[in-house]
Amino acid sequence: MSMSTKKWIGLALVALALLALPLVLTSVGTAWVRITNLAILFVFLALGLNIVVGMAGLLDLGYIAFFAVGAYVYALLASPHFGLHLPFWVILPLGALFAGMAGAILGAPTLRLRGDYLAIVTLGFGEIVRIFLNNLSQPFNITNGPKGITRIDGLNIAGMDFVNTHTLFGIPFTGPAKYYYVLLILLLLVIVVNLRLQKSRIGRAWVAIREDELAAKAAGINTRNMKLLAFAMGATFGGIAGGMFSAMQGFVSPESFILHESILVLAMVVLGGMGNVWGVIAGAMLLSFVPELLRYTVDPVQQMLFGKLLIDPEVLRMLIFGGALVLTMRFRPAGLWPESRHKLEMSENRS
Amino acid sequence: MEIFVQQVINGLTAGSVYALVALGYTMVYGIIQLINFAHGEVVMIGGMVALTVITTLVGMGLPLPPIVLVLAGILAAIPICMALGYLLERAAYRPLRHAPRLAPLITAIGMSMVLQQVALLIWGRDPKAFPQIMENKSFIIAGASITSVQIAIILMSVLIMATLTWFVYRTRFGIAIRATAENVNVAALMGVDANRTIAATFVIGAGLAAVAGVMYGTYYGITHYTMGFMLGLKAFSAAVLGGIGNLAGAMLGGILLGLVEALGAGYIGEFTDLCRWPLVDGLLVERCANGGHVVLFGSNYQDVFAFMVLILVLVFRPSGLLGERVSERA
Repeated sequence: MSMSTKKWIGLALVALALLALPLVLTSVGTAWVRITNLAILFVFLALGLNIVVGMAGLLDLGYIAFFAVGAYVYALLASPHFGLHLPFWVILPLGALFAGMAGAILGAPTLRLRGDYLAIVTLGFGEIVRIFLNNLSQPFNITNGPKGITRIDGLNIAGMDFVNTHTLFGIPFTGPAKYYYVLLILLLLVIVVNLRLQKSRIGRAWVAIREDELAAKAAGINTRNMKLLAFAMGATFGGIAGGMFSAMQGFVSPESFILHESILVLAMVVLGGMGNVWGVIAGAMLLSFVPELLRYTVDPVQQMLFGKLLIDPEVLRMLIFGGALVLTMRFRPAGLWPESRHKLEMSENRS
Repeated sequence: MEIFVQQVINGLTAGSVYALVALGYTMVYGIIQLINFAHGEVVMIGGMVALTVITTLVGMGLPLPPIVLVLAGILAAIPICMALGYLLERAAYRPLRHAPRLAPLITAIGMSMVLQQVALLIWGRDPKAFPQIMENKSFIIAGASITSVQIAIILMSVLIMATLTWFVYRTRFGIAIRATAENVNVAALMGVDANRTIAATFVIGAGLAAVAGVMYGTYYGITHYTMGFMLGLKAFSAAVLGGIGNLAGAMLGGILLGLVEALGAGYIGEFTDLCRWPLVDGLLVERCANGGHVVLFGSNYQDVFAFMVLILVLVFRPSGLLGERVSERA
């Protein structure tokens, strides 16, 4: 058997496993399908942020704002709030477009700044977006304030809604399972785009900027445009993820777009390995599932040992994320699955 | 006019707190070019520790005057925050001193999150009312009132800032700090212990943060495990506004930011009241009739001002008001 046949068989097995996953998970509990869906959304976000932080080396701490833009565009255009019910194939790209524009608008004035200043400005920007979402219910009700927007339309493809269970070939497909397949297709697309980007002229330009901006400039790269592009591109991914989030949850509120979420996505990128697409995917998966697994294991253990909950799962989750950032930087600064070039950079002694 | 004076007084008070916190950011940044994200959390821990001490003392029913109780709170908060500051430097930042710039920044974010969650575990998820034991007398100046707590906060921060300035510019250790900020290697050659000096700036900053935390709690009457985040961000904005790395700049930036915020919050509602503008008024006849208001942005946008200031400064004058030009090299 030649190498390539082996490779194809392996790929087919992985594909089969991915296709069967929701059916297996449904038998454990629909909750796990939902958890998986959210994990895939986080992979989206992490890949988007990876373009900005990992490839171009721009620390963006307000990334969740673009997720919020995508989510609210979807929510406003497909809910009873304004009485609009546009189809998803119009709004999803629209949300992505708006998020991308928001990225460019934020990027334009800030990209001249040094790395750490950029971090804090993006952080401020993220907060501004959240404050506006919270307050834009007065005097004209646009976002419905902290109460958020409810009863958002789910996806609807060719007359098939994503709420009820459909039975196909004797196999029941629940709503979350159907979302899973849509997300899987989108995820494949995103991964392909990312892998292509990484090897493209643009991707190499980003890496060049990350490694040494002056040298990149001297080599004829238009650093400002390239950085803007990274920002806009990353934001676009965030926007798509936001739209899907709205559709899946049926409800959005400013609560979902706090700084913690930005840091969470950052932790995924950093832990996985900045710049390496597969590493980032693995990091996002790891940090999505581990807290959920802990939720199901640590709680009962605590109940058993102390008779009460000492550390609630949400706190534990945040401790894990914070700890992951600190420990990764201390012991494995290039991440668990480092990009080969990044490994060099992070081990180099520079003062 | 009364509103103006009142907002200036409020702005000065908030600005004094910002200035103290901003000093912590600026000293650390000046010496190792690190944005110590966890600094806001140190402020929060300071407030929380003082709250616990004061509440306990009050609960014991000792016949102590309120001022002694508050001082006890401050005196307990300072060493704990200093220890925390030292620990942060030692355990989290020192190992990364020669790593690329992004690494310590990411660590700082992680530490900030860990500290928040630890505080949540110790002090709980709900906001805690800070014991209002100080007798809060009001004095009237030009139609506006100033409380004794406000006076105390402003005087105390002026005193602390004066002491710090003396310390940094007139003592041997202060010279060591400035020398290290100028050039670590040369300072080391001159016999300055760089590690000790850097740790000292963290400790001093944390001490100031502890005082700021108690002030914040006393002034706003509340402490919460997330309070350090916003306060830290604003203080950082203040430090950048004044010129990061510059002590006087941090003080000036803090006070200015406090004023901008207070005046902004005081007037933005009036300025964005659409009924004031004849062109728009026509479109909103119904809602503007009988002295109605259509306020586009009310004082609930107060928190936005700090960021606006930050972004504007960084775009138009990245070196800040008093800062010298820093190299663009990251």
